[in-house]
Amino acid sequence: MVKKIIMKSYLGLILLFLYLPIVVLIVFSFNKSKSRGNWSGFTLKWYKELFENSQIMDSLYTTLLLAILSSIIAVIIGTFAAIGIHNMKKFRKTMVMNLTYLPVLNPDIVTGVSLMIMFVFIGSIIGLKLGFITMLLAHITFNIPYVILSVLPRLRQMNKHMYEAALDLGATSVYAFRKVIIPEIMPGIISGFLMAFTLSIDDFVISYFTSGSGVSNLSITIYSMARTGVKPTINALSTIMFVSVLLLLILINIRSAREEKRRKQYDA
Amino acid sequence: MKKHFIKLLASAVILSTTILAGCGASDSAGGNSGEKVTLKVYNWGDYIGEDVIEKFQKKYNIDVVYDTFSDNEVMHTKLSAGGSDYDVAIPSDYMIKRMIDEGMVNKLDFNNIPNYKYIDEKFKNLAFDPNNEYSVPYMWGTVGIIYNKTMVSDPVDSWNILWNEKYKKQVFMLDSQRDSIGITLKKLGYSLNTKNQDELEKAKQELIRQKELGIVQSYVGDEVKDKMIMGEAAFAVVWSGDAVFMKRENPDLEYVIPKEGSNLWVDSMVVLSTTKHQKEAEMFINFMCETDIAFANADYIGYSTPHTEAKKMMSPDLLGDIAAYPSDEQIANCEVFEDLAGSIKDYDRIWTEVSVN
Repeated sequence: MVKKIIMKSYLGLILLFLYLPIVVLIVFSFNKSKSRGNWSGFTLKWYKELFENSQIMDSLYTTLLLAILSSIIAVIIGTFAAIGIHNMKKFRKTMVMNLTYLPVLNPDIVTGVSLMIMFVFIGSIIGLKLGFITMLLAHITFNIPYVILSVLPRLRQMNKHMYEAALDLGATSVYAFRKVIIPEIMPGIISGFLMAFTLSIDDFVISYFTSGSGVSNLSITIYSMARTGVKPTINALSTIMFVSVLLLLILINIRSAREEKRRKQYDA
Repeated sequence: MKKHFIKLLASAVILSTTILAGCGASDSAGGNSGEKVTLKVYNWGDYIGEDVIEKFQKKYNIDVVYDTFSDNEVMHTKLSAGGSDYDVAIPSDYMIKRMIDEGMVNKLDFNNIPNYKYIDEKFKNLAFDPNNEYSVPYMWGTVGIIYNKTMVSDPVDSWNILWNEKYKKQVFMLDSQRDSIGITLKKLGYSLNTKNQDELEKAKQELIRQKELGIVQSYVGDEVKDKMIMGEAAFAVVWSGDAVFMKRENPDLEYVIPKEGSNLWVDSMVVLSTTKHQKEAEMFINFMCETDIAFANADYIGYSTPHTEAKKMMSPDLLGDIAAYPSDEQIANCEVFEDLAGSIKDYDRIWTEVSVN
């Protein structure tokens, strides 16, 4: 009994530690003054200012678009790559895996500056300027390894002979791939997608160096405010993002809980 | 059916968020509608008045693409790589000198910038641009000590107070290489642009000694404002614009420029050599020097303007405030940062050694 209370309060403490900063952030998005020290009254003016600030809205749009596009493309490329790597022989597999680890282990600034130099060099030959496309390519580049690293374990766990069994039962290779392999590795694909999405939204260094004029990521906009002070409009933006994700997760959880209950009722 | 629902839900959420975000976005990003010129401006974050860009676009029918950077060095890397084609940038003093030496900026035709006459004489012909051919001052400020009256009993007029053992853990130092090393050099009576190895070595020893005596609570950046407002320490080394903000939030705080002198910094507007619109760039700089625009900028940003007419429009409290508009005697011993060229490696090394101790 006591053990249970201790366990629950320990869990509670950990959750508090994790979420208290976010709660403070949300509370201060309603603060009348710019400072994060004084509470001088409740106001919604920062939310109003947020929607009128075209620079922040532009950055938000760019960030979301970049995250979604780069995650989807990275997932497609990464999944196929993972399947290919899974079926390679030992030596080639090790080589390719080492190559895959490179963007993960490299410091962001090395990746960022080298990509920028490469884009400028190639750009001078084929006329490609730094801009949204280069930023997208850079994001896809650093997302792919994480997708590969998410999908590979699921492939390893999968029964080796599933694909063969499906073919034996009369499926074409495409059908077998679609209906047998993909559902098996789907959890890996989803976690790879979420990982890529999060990394893309969060990234600053690589985005900064590979972006062109007029294209700004949310991270770049916020980081540039570091010298003069981050305004509570950013608090307001973060609150909205946090609440959206929270609502989405609650919705998904309610749905799957309802499905579970319905299935249990049918079984009874 | 369940699988399809989740897919539908997910795509609905994604679509709605992108549409909503797209609605709030302006459509001036890189649009070249017909013959209209697009001017690309590169500035610090949150460093321009609220509607200034819109006013410029409306008045001159020139589209503006406005980007921000977080510090001089990062801006320099981006510009020197050659991939960007900005027209106007607003770097700091020492960085401008470096850019002039490296040929990254164009000379200005001051016939296109008649409002230059409003810039205060004392900000013209500074060390980084001796004949004032390349830059027009935008904002300026000082570095100084902000202290909490209620926590300090001694008179505060010298950098030495930050090394006073009475105030253990009561000092916030600025997490900026040249600023922190610079004020230490000033404390020892040297120039903050020195390249002399002995002087630099002594400054390093002072900074390490300050840490070893336990006086420094930490080296901080932007968070110093909230910390001082909440009274977490007695002293902090800050930029003057931050001091103005802090004093407004907490009346117990005072700002002082120590008698040994300090750093006077100036951010100026330059036209980059990659520009294809020299004349429009100069028009933009001229626009920023119009009285009401200069006032709008300074009023919003909270730093000090070098524009004589805009300064007159400031409130009397602000004009009397040493943090906003110090008098000439108060800044007599202040120096502007110069480009250190090769010696920057010595500063880097010292900063690293101080950081690890």
